[in-house]
Amino acid sequence: MRTGTLKQILLITDGCSNQGENPASVATIIAEQGITVNVIGIMEDEQTEQPTGLLEVEEIASCGRGVSQIVYKQALSQTVQTVTKQAMNETLQGVVNKELQQILGSPRTMEELPPEQRGEVMEVVDELGETCDLEVLVLVDTSASMANKLPTVQEALIDLSISMNARIGRSRFSIYQFPGRKKPIQQLVDWTGKLDSITSIFSKLASGGVTPTGPALKEAMHQFGKKSLKRRLFHNEYPDVEEA
Amino acid sequence: MNTQTLKKPDIHISKGQTVTGKWHKKSYHVVKELGSGAIGTVYLCVYQNVQVALKVSKQSHSITSEVNVLKAFKKVQGHSLGPSLIDTDDYIAPNGYVYSFYVMEYISGDDLPDFINRNGQEWLITLLIGFAKDLQALHDQGYVFGDLKTDNLIVSRRPAKLKWVDVGGTTLQGRAIKEYTEFYDRAYWQMGTRKADPGYDLFALAMVVLRIFYPDGFSKGNNPRKTLNQKIQLAIRSESLKKLLIKMINGEMNEAIEVKDYLLEDVMKQTHHTHVRQKRLVPDKQTETSYHPFLEVFSILSVSGLCYMYVTLFL
Repeated sequence: MRTGTLKQILLITDGCSNQGENPASVATIIAEQGITVNVIGIMEDEQTEQPTGLLEVEEIASCGRGVSQIVYKQALSQTVQTVTKQAMNETLQGVVNKELQQILGSPRTMEELPPEQRGEVMEVVDELGETCDLEVLVLVDTSASMANKLPTVQEALIDLSISMNARIGRSRFSIYQFPGRKKPIQQLVDWTGKLDSITSIFSKLASGGVTPTGPALKEAMHQFGKKSLKRRLFHNEYPDVEEA
Repeated sequence: MNTQTLKKPDIHISKGQTVTGKWHKKSYHVVKELGSGAIGTVYLCVYQNVQVALKVSKQSHSITSEVNVLKAFKKVQGHSLGPSLIDTDDYIAPNGYVYSFYVMEYISGDDLPDFINRNGQEWLITLLIGFAKDLQALHDQGYVFGDLKTDNLIVSRRPAKLKWVDVGGTTLQGRAIKEYTEFYDRAYWQMGTRKADPGYDLFALAMVVLRIFYPDGFSKGNNPRKTLNQKIQLAIRSESLKKLLIKMINGEMNEAIEVKDYLLEDVMKQTHHTHVRQKRLVPDKQTETSYHPFLEVFSILSVSGLCYMYVTLFL
């Protein structure tokens, strides 16, 4: 079975967008490019109810065919990983379901099989999840209200790379913040396998109350394009499609 | 608190409700909730007058994965590795969504720290010896337990044996650990990777032992290795157990069987010492110095024997 490199955007934010295109519609376009959009909404410690600003989180993720979750910052590390893995799993299950349809004819998903037959299909999904290549572009909202959460975000991202690097497949990450100085997004860490060595990447904070989530997502989508083009030119030994 | 915002809502089954499977049509009467974690919730149920544990989740693939592990264990039964699998099915909830579940044997017992605090620390060694043996059998099957923590362990009654109850984190060796908990995680303490190898479980096992002495855990500080060493030195009285834990967290033990051999050898040495010492002691002091259940029984018997002789001879 063939799976390309899985591509994900992970958006970490604490409020709703207030500038530019609608992020949910941008997420739909991104999903069409084969890139999953996952969103994590962070709540303030004293908040007990889900704030209305975070309603957008769910909408973006469902349009981006990804996973969303709303958490307090203490639970961030665990959540970043759950969300990434779950989204991976769902994408791979999509691939496997398509395959099942071809074999069994009628439209079938794993859930429609009797429990006894699911086991073997699941082994295939597990195997793919372990061996596929993964690219995650992390897009962090660094508007003023996020300032006290950024050290936790950084820790969570380092931990994510430790988990993903324990897999057999190759994992690559890049980190962007938004809003940037003059552009919608600003690169903090270029594509790399290991994040263990990053230190205080969020030192340069953009102030101001604007949260241009839509434009930022759109720009983030192009970062995948740029990279794969470069890779095709210079690194021919790393093909885009992997045999699994 | 996590608020998952997926399409499928979390499932809540209240006690008294009946869960009937879509495929096998078996009905389970829910008695109470036993616990819930990241993946799903476990309920105590009754099926044909037998107590069983039912785990249900909105993530069908996780349930299937766990069933795969339990099935793999079934193949090596005789040496029972974890609870045995009884049924796997889907439940159509009143809200219309379908939730996958599986049913396994219900193991009742005590929480490890409670058991040790109540019955004394000498039990710790006995339990660890048995557990290390089981862990070795699991590793021989090509698996690593993964999410080894106090919450996932239970001390069963008659015989008292340390058993694992949740196989959600069980991972094939060489792969990335599926599920873990920070305090027990080797990578969190910067003492190694998050790749599934037997050493990963041994690290977690050492943390399980430490957790008995630090019920609320402790933070890793600036130098995690140093913190761990300090905490071991402070809490553990037995020199040999100290040495063993340090070896386990430093990855100097590669196989569970080494832990078992180490502990067994140590116990043999100790019993030998007590035996020698005991010969020189006056009988009524025996009860105070015995650290072993066998000696306890022996001393009780000898004291009652003396009493009996006293009664028969003088009265």
